[in-house]
Amino acid sequence: MIDLHGYGPRLLEGALITIELAILSLILAVVLGLLTASAKMSRNWLLHRLGTLYTTIIRGVPDLVLMMLLFFGGQIGINMFTDMLYAHYDIDIFINVNEFVAGVITIGLIFGAYMGETFRGAFLAVDSGQIEAGRAYGMSHWMVFRRVRFPLMMRHALPGLSNNWMVLLKTTALVSVIGLSDMVRVASEASKATREPFTFMIIVAAIYLLIASFSEWGFARLQKRYNVGFGESH
Amino acid sequence: MKKLLIVSILGTALLAGTAQARDYEEVRFGVDVPYEPMEYRTPDGELTGFDIDLGNALCAEMNIECEWIVQGWDGIIPGLLSRKYDAIMSSMTINDERREQVLFSDPYFTPPSAWFAPAESEIEMPYPQTLEGKTIGVQRGTLQDNYVTDNFGDVADVNRYATADDMVLDMDAGRLDIVFLDFPVGKATLLDSEAGNYKVVGEMITEPKKYFGDGFGIAFRQRDEELAAKFNEALATLRENGTYDDIYNRYFGNNNAE
Amino acid sequence: MEALIANITELLSDNTIFNMQTLGYYGQGLATTVQLVFLALVIGLVLAVPLAIGRGSKRKWIKLPIFFYTYVFRGTPLLVQLYLIYYGVVFVEGIQDTWLWLILEKPFYPALIAFTLNTAAYTTEIFHGAIKATPRGEIEAARAYGMSWGLMMRRIVLPSAFRRALPSYGNEVIFMLHASAIASVVTIMDLTGAARFVYARYYAPFEAFLFVAAIYLCLTFAILFLFRFLEKRLLAHLKPASQ
Repeated sequence: MIDLHGYGPRLLEGALITIELAILSLILAVVLGLLTASAKMSRNWLLHRLGTLYTTIIRGVPDLVLMMLLFFGGQIGINMFTDMLYAHYDIDIFINVNEFVAGVITIGLIFGAYMGETFRGAFLAVDSGQIEAGRAYGMSHWMVFRRVRFPLMMRHALPGLSNNWMVLLKTTALVSVIGLSDMVRVASEASKATREPFTFMIIVAAIYLLIASFSEWGFARLQKRYNVGFGESH
Repeated sequence: MKKLLIVSILGTALLAGTAQARDYEEVRFGVDVPYEPMEYRTPDGELTGFDIDLGNALCAEMNIECEWIVQGWDGIIPGLLSRKYDAIMSSMTINDERREQVLFSDPYFTPPSAWFAPAESEIEMPYPQTLEGKTIGVQRGTLQDNYVTDNFGDVADVNRYATADDMVLDMDAGRLDIVFLDFPVGKATLLDSEAGNYKVVGEMITEPKKYFGDGFGIAFRQRDEELAAKFNEALATLRENGTYDDIYNRYFGNNNAE
Repeated sequence: MEALIANITELLSDNTIFNMQTLGYYGQGLATTVQLVFLALVIGLVLAVPLAIGRGSKRKWIKLPIFFYTYVFRGTPLLVQLYLIYYGVVFVEGIQDTWLWLILEKPFYPALIAFTLNTAAYTTEIFHGAIKATPRGEIEAARAYGMSWGLMMRRIVLPSAFRRALPSYGNEVIFMLHASAIASVVTIMDLTGAARFVYARYYAPFEAFLFVAAIYLCLTFAILFLFRFLEKRLLAHLKPASQ
């Protein structure tokens, strides 16, 4: 049996933090991605520009640099805002962004840009005839989105989505550098204290592979579901 | 689409945590671990060390709640300024450069800095001539970093580490010729834990004051003068009633450096 | 216009952060980043071509180890790979006494090894996909000409696969540039390392990181334009004919 020198429970906690972080960031990224995709496809030039600016900047700068900028600078920025509120409107609040929240927001923000590109491509790939058909049935705009555009779009978006998820999962490792106790952080602390880096890092690598393999399987099942009606008959 | 927008805004607001009022019935300390024996973790994650015990004793004396928030060293002053915590108690040396940013308590501990090298190293004295072409290890953003960068940065390679542990690991690996550290930390992590492998090179260093300042202090935001005064008072009490000495002996015993 | 210039000079004269020393660090950081990424990409590319061919082999003992390699390196964070190589190699018994230590002692080479192995894994998969997508007809035509396997690979399959792989490979180059930011974790003073130094010394997160973000943005655009140009030149035959 492998000797973990008492770091086992913390390593497990770290793994849970990694998974929570990844899932919450994914949710934020999908929401931001949908918003960005709509902004970029919008006829409003301001929205279009904003969407483009966001995706260009985020995709042009390393994740780690963005993370440090938002994590170290973000709180100062928020404080400037709350100080301004206090000075002008006498509203005294303090919003504390802890590392976990900062991690979720940063990763969500980064992958929102990538998701935006994925969703935009996928929305454009939806046959416009289907949307017209939905309208012809008297569906509202929202109803068309929910019942027709979204499910059809998902079929095209899934491969990109799964790809982004895999990259996102690995990006969570970077939060260890800004101080969040995810499993990489715990493993690196443990390997320094025990001087056994191989043991801990290989366990962490194995957990990542496990999550990745499990997700691959999950996405394959989803793909099957959204492919219903497009299958072999074509 | 609108619903999504509202949900996402609400979600972010919830994530960002509840708004907190600013009062001092509870004080949050920022601390950088591991920095044995000043502050470090046991394998089960418990924080311990001289600063932690002293900080808790101070809070007990003042009858306020204490919370410790772990923060990497290079972000520790920005974290204080941005109110992630209310004070820094993390072996921070009081010096002029930092006084521009934060308000310090009275010094509570005054250790020197020292050079440490492998026992078989040929370096006798740490001068720019003798360290030419060598690799020096320091912790990023510490006064030791500033001192080494300004005085040896042109002649030697300076490797900057996020934590003292990283540095010790690379020292063990043989990647560093010499490191520059707070003496108690070098003693605990190099001299004591690996007896015979390391030695102190040259003298204990406390000058020039520009870098080495006036001992360790607790750092507060400039405007929290009241809080700092409260801590100074409590510190004086602990020194008088012997609590300070108890904690001191717990970590530095009799063969200490002060 | 004059007012603008006056404004800028005023702004610059008032700053204590961007002095000769810190700009020097940023400059060296830029050189280190470019060196590290360029070397990793070139060596990775050289490794990836035979690996990609082997990945598509019918022989299991060739195919499976390569698949395993790419799966592991693509499935785990580069940071973990870097830690393993940087801290892990030290614990190989007696390594300090061999010539290998000359390479592994400085942080640059362990990082280069980690980056190279990582990019080689991704590039292998990109090329593998491109080779698999070679039109049947091209292969049949080569066979009909009596080309040997080696000649066919060299003259027909690889050149067309490279072209198809170009857009994906461009993304990989950018990905590698961004991923290289973690080199600062093992004390390398690359661009991000310089920014972290400036941040820690002057407590100025916005200045330190925004400046470095702008440099990365410029590098990204440079790569983007280079690949656009290459695509235009090399993929010209795939474009619809102009009127």
